[in-house]
Amino acid sequence: MDNQYRSIKVTVNGEEYHRQVEPRRLLSDFLREDLDLSGTHVGCEHGICGACTVLFNGQTARSCLMFAIQADGAEITTVEGLAIDGQLHPLQQGFWENHGLQCGFCTPGFLISAYELLERKPNPTEEEVRIGLSGNMCRCTGYKQIVDSVLDAAEKMRS
Amino acid sequence: MVVAPPKTKTAKKEAQETSKYVGQSVKRREDPRLLTGRGTFVDDIKMPNMHHAAILRSPRPHARIISIDPSKALAHPGVTTVLTGAEVGDKSLPFPVGVVAPFKYYSAAVDKVRYVGEPVAVVVASDRYVAEDALDLIEVEYDPLPPVVKPEDALDPDAAILHEELGNNIGCHRELDYGDVDGAFAEADLILKERFVFPRYSSLPLETYAVISDHDATTGVVTVRSNFMGPFSMHAVTARALNIDENKLRFIVPSDIGGSFGIKSSIYPYIVLISLAAIKAGRPVKWIEDRQEHLLASSCQTDRVAYREVAVKNDGTLTGIKSKVIENVGAYLRAPEPACTFRPIGNFVGPYKVQNVRIDAYDVMTNKCPTGPNRGYGCQQIYFEQERMMDHIAEELDLDPIEVRRRNLIPAEEIPYTTPMGGIYDSGNYQKGMDLVVEMSQYEKLRQKQEEARKENRLFGIGIATGIDPSVSNMGYITVALPPEVRAKPGYLPKSGSAESATIQMNQRGKVSVSMNTTPQGQGHETVVSQIVADELGIRPEDVVVIDEFDTAKHGWFISSGTYASRFASVGTSAAVLAARKLKKKIIRLASALLLVSEDDLVIEGGTVVSKSDSEKSITVKRVAGTAHWNLELLPDDIEAGLQARAVFRFPSNVAPDSQDRVNSSNTYGFMAEICVVEVDRDSGEVKIIDWFSVHDAGTVINPMLMEGQIYGGALHGIGGALYEELSYDDEGQMLAGNFMQYVCPTSVEAPKLNIGHICSPSPLTPLGSKGAGESSTETAPAAVASAVADALRPLGININELPLNPKKVWTLIHEPQPENN
Amino acid sequence: MKPAKFEYHDPHSIEETLDLLKQYGWDAKILAGGQSLVPTLNFRLASPKVIIDINKVKDLDYVQETDGKLAIGAMTRQTTLELSEMVRSKCGLLSDATELIGHPQTRNRGTVGGSIVHADPTAELTAIALALDAEMVIVSTEGKRTDSADDFFISVMTTNLEPEEMLVEVRFPVLPSRTGWAFEEFALRHGDFAVVGVTTTITLDADEVCTDARLAAIGVDETAFRDSSVEEILKGEKITDLVLQEVGDKLSEKVDPFDDLHASAAQRKHLVGALAKRSLQKAKTMAVHNSKRKK
Repeated sequence: MDNQYRSIKVTVNGEEYHRQVEPRRLLSDFLREDLDLSGTHVGCEHGICGACTVLFNGQTARSCLMFAIQADGAEITTVEGLAIDGQLHPLQQGFWENHGLQCGFCTPGFLISAYELLERKPNPTEEEVRIGLSGNMCRCTGYKQIVDSVLDAAEKMRS
Repeated sequence: MVVAPPKTKTAKKEAQETSKYVGQSVKRREDPRLLTGRGTFVDDIKMPNMHHAAILRSPRPHARIISIDPSKALAHPGVTTVLTGAEVGDKSLPFPVGVVAPFKYYSAAVDKVRYVGEPVAVVVASDRYVAEDALDLIEVEYDPLPPVVKPEDALDPDAAILHEELGNNIGCHRELDYGDVDGAFAEADLILKERFVFPRYSSLPLETYAVISDHDATTGVVTVRSNFMGPFSMHAVTARALNIDENKLRFIVPSDIGGSFGIKSSIYPYIVLISLAAIKAGRPVKWIEDRQEHLLASSCQTDRVAYREVAVKNDGTLTGIKSKVIENVGAYLRAPEPACTFRPIGNFVGPYKVQNVRIDAYDVMTNKCPTGPNRGYGCQQIYFEQERMMDHIAEELDLDPIEVRRRNLIPAEEIPYTTPMGGIYDSGNYQKGMDLVVEMSQYEKLRQKQEEARKENRLFGIGIATGIDPSVSNMGYITVALPPEVRAKPGYLPKSGSAESATIQMNQRGKVSVSMNTTPQGQGHETVVSQIVADELGIRPEDVVVIDEFDTAKHGWFISSGTYASRFASVGTSAAVLAARKLKKKIIRLASALLLVSEDDLVIEGGTVVSKSDSEKSITVKRVAGTAHWNLELLPDDIEAGLQARAVFRFPSNVAPDSQDRVNSSNTYGFMAEICVVEVDRDSGEVKIIDWFSVHDAGTVINPMLMEGQIYGGALHGIGGALYEELSYDDEGQMLAGNFMQYVCPTSVEAPKLNIGHICSPSPLTPLGSKGAGESSTETAPAAVASAVADALRPLGININELPLNPKKVWTLIHEPQPENN
Repeated sequence: MKPAKFEYHDPHSIEETLDLLKQYGWDAKILAGGQSLVPTLNFRLASPKVIIDINKVKDLDYVQETDGKLAIGAMTRQTTLELSEMVRSKCGLLSDATELIGHPQTRNRGTVGGSIVHADPTAELTAIALALDAEMVIVSTEGKRTDSADDFFISVMTTNLEPEEMLVEVRFPVLPSRTGWAFEEFALRHGDFAVVGVTTTITLDADEVCTDARLAAIGVDETAFRDSSVEEILKGEKITDLVLQEVGDKLSEKVDPFDDLHASAAQRKHLVGALAKRSLQKAKTMAVHNSKRKK
């Protein structure tokens, strides 16, 4: 069982990667260490803080609670995949304009969670945004400006 | 509702009459990289042949280490080396600390463990997974000893002793006496006494500690990349422990730190530990603390028990305070502790005019994690005690709690004001701040609402708290921990002051770069500096590149450097202003030489240096810059080539403590007043924040949007500590909150909205009039919440003298009234 | 916080899975959504020798109506409960309660079967399964058995599943008309495991007399808690404040909860009664509303 490395093929932000992984390798470590996509952050490794949230086959998931081996054949979007050709996603723009981040460590997780939230609820109320983001911890902002950012982005994305 | 800060034009002093960007909510230049996943945090850095460390930690609170056998771990494939605590004892020196107590603190347990989570050994391996595998293979035999957990138990003569060489558990004890306390109590109409318990919590950054250490055996230089955030006085402490010269210990801090709130100042023992491991391993070693390690064994603020007695006149005037404080600094009194006790010494009385103060302060050691700076450092504890007493006074004298506070506020006309402890409040108008918060909250209406709620048997409470927010520590305050006779000894080096530097450069085509070394952790320093420099030089922020990465080998720095104690907005910005002005002066001087016009006659307008008396005489700044770089022939002999300037800002009023223990412990002093409205659910014990009004005076606000972020974040840290977060231990010294299910941080659903108001009393001490604001509501929020919950529970005859007010505690108070409430 | 090594298998069929379970027995742990298991592995609180990842097993992710029951495949993600029209129309309690389970990111991965088998004493789905007499469809190489929720849950994180067995389906009843439901819980934060929670359903006749009532609580015992004597109080009665008070008092009296860091036993005992009243009140209001709609 020591040599249980397996070849996997994973598409991240539209780019296909082939790597050998040990079964126990966490998806978060795989993204950061093996693919050098260090935008995804690790804050607790037990599925509470939400910093490592990525889109896994189009749905949000904690990458610290998945093994890379499970991503074989999957499509993943990380924070690096949100802006296209240098054009910030409206959510990124919203966070920028509304001071939705301070240290920026939790931000990738918030952006990805908000992405799905707006996909499911394009016109959310403030309360829905707060509930929708409650799986992500931020220690800097007190959340108000994050909520403002998402509401602002939602409005811009609707028009 | 957000009451906009007053237009900075009126608030600012002459130098900023032309300011365009200072005072504006300029978007942050840091954001694009952070929003696209391109920030540089320590864990994002890789080095050639870098190996990974994992730390074996004590499962016991107090035990002698009988034996430690790493042989199986060493034999494990992928393991490079194992460093044990005994080796740490051999290869390093105990950390220096500013108290007289003779105990030894190393970066790992040498022969005894003293808290759950204390490092016992370090494994270095090819990757972190393998390193953790090897931890399980190290065999340690312990001989358990009885634990000491609670602060007061540490003083019990029968308590176990953590450090035998000390003979007791007292790390520091000082009795401080200011004014005529006995006289005040003799003449008091009313004396009230109360016992308070303040819990351990941490403002807890989302990024954990991170260290990469690399030892160059040929030069002896140890290069450490870490998310250390200052004070760089700890660099000296680290070098001493590693027993190397300070210039051979290089600290590099990358541009991005994932929050700190003071907590990362206590990373340095791990810098020593990982450096020792790297030296032994002979290669760069990375250690990324995991969340469990962080909760168990990084840092947090003290838990403390305090007895406070106040002397009061019948009109509500507070005339004297006696305070006995027992701060639990954990297993080792770790520098900069016992600063928890002394950091707020100058502002101990808050905004109140009380003249007579006695503080009997103990810093005791117990079998808990060592403590250190945490946002608000020392202030939330004293304001909790102070404001609870204010409410008691109001109750006893049948006065409105607002009125009692008003009667004690220091009048605006007496500011600058020197407190009995030596703090010099530089500017402020506390009455005005109180008026604003009362007006914003429609206080009278709130009281009516409360009356209606009480008729419906609902537990509705209104809490009030005020505080003084001290910013920029005078490094000398910590020496109050030493008795005056020790400070008076001939060989003793007194300590004082606080300084920061900035370096600015204009390149050959007139563009500007600024280099700061302020170790920001999300405060937006790059943006703020660009605003300031743009105003000073009359250019656009976009034309200013700001780099803020610390490197002790490259920058001029000070032991006070770093970002802590809310210092950037006062001292960092001031250094940037001075550097820009120095550069501007040099441009004018050079232009004067080139144009043959006197310097007094020159101004810079729209990128051109022009003579006021003869507008024909002008030269573009770009040409001046080009000349300074390319054509040195034209430079007068007494002008340095190039266009660089480095400036240092320091406060004039920073002196070492006097023989009476008086010290101006900080430099600029802000003000905040809070009104908090809560409702308590009888069935669950849950406290719900219904409304919150928060007034701030931080002098000139440089970027209102960033200021709002600081207030919100700071308030939630205070609220977290008051209602949710506690690093709890059981009576046996086991840590109960080792994960995020047990250590409960508020999320977007729990976080309240704030109604923020501003008043502006510019500081006379800083060029822009700015003061720190980063810790403000952190310091007053716990007091405000406690005041509100006490007010809600008043009909039930319940007193609040302990935090956190989590559902379990509040429910128990409501349903199981205790005769004595510890 | 990295997991220890394990042997990894990712079978594609139920048969393959059962063979592996038979082969490895107690040494193996099934990985479904992983939202509880992986943290346990990361903390190294568990280091199973073998992980059998059933995410690739076909035909375990479905919601369908079978024999008048709502049959939910064990690998159905919790998000599906929230978003599926069929779940909402047949057993709306499941849809409504799902928002209380964790967060969108955990519900996207977390599965119905995983939550049930994990048997956390504060898991919402265990209470709903118990209250509604859900049936557990369990298979092994030896065959198939169906078990009641009541028998299935044994104690804290313990069910009657044998190591070679796996849960493949959970069958919930289709809720009758004139029925209202609620899940009231108190948690420290939104999305946390409940401190205490109470789920109820109330079915009313045309005169608003209760013909059926179900009530189960979490956070007060080693498993979800249900007691028929509590439900009996409601049956044949109009739901008045007095009746609710009696139910609340009775429930408080019946439970024997535990103390922990976040709540005391006495607090749970009190709270469960209060939440039962709130839950029943809400269920009743909904039942009245639903009855009118049916007319």
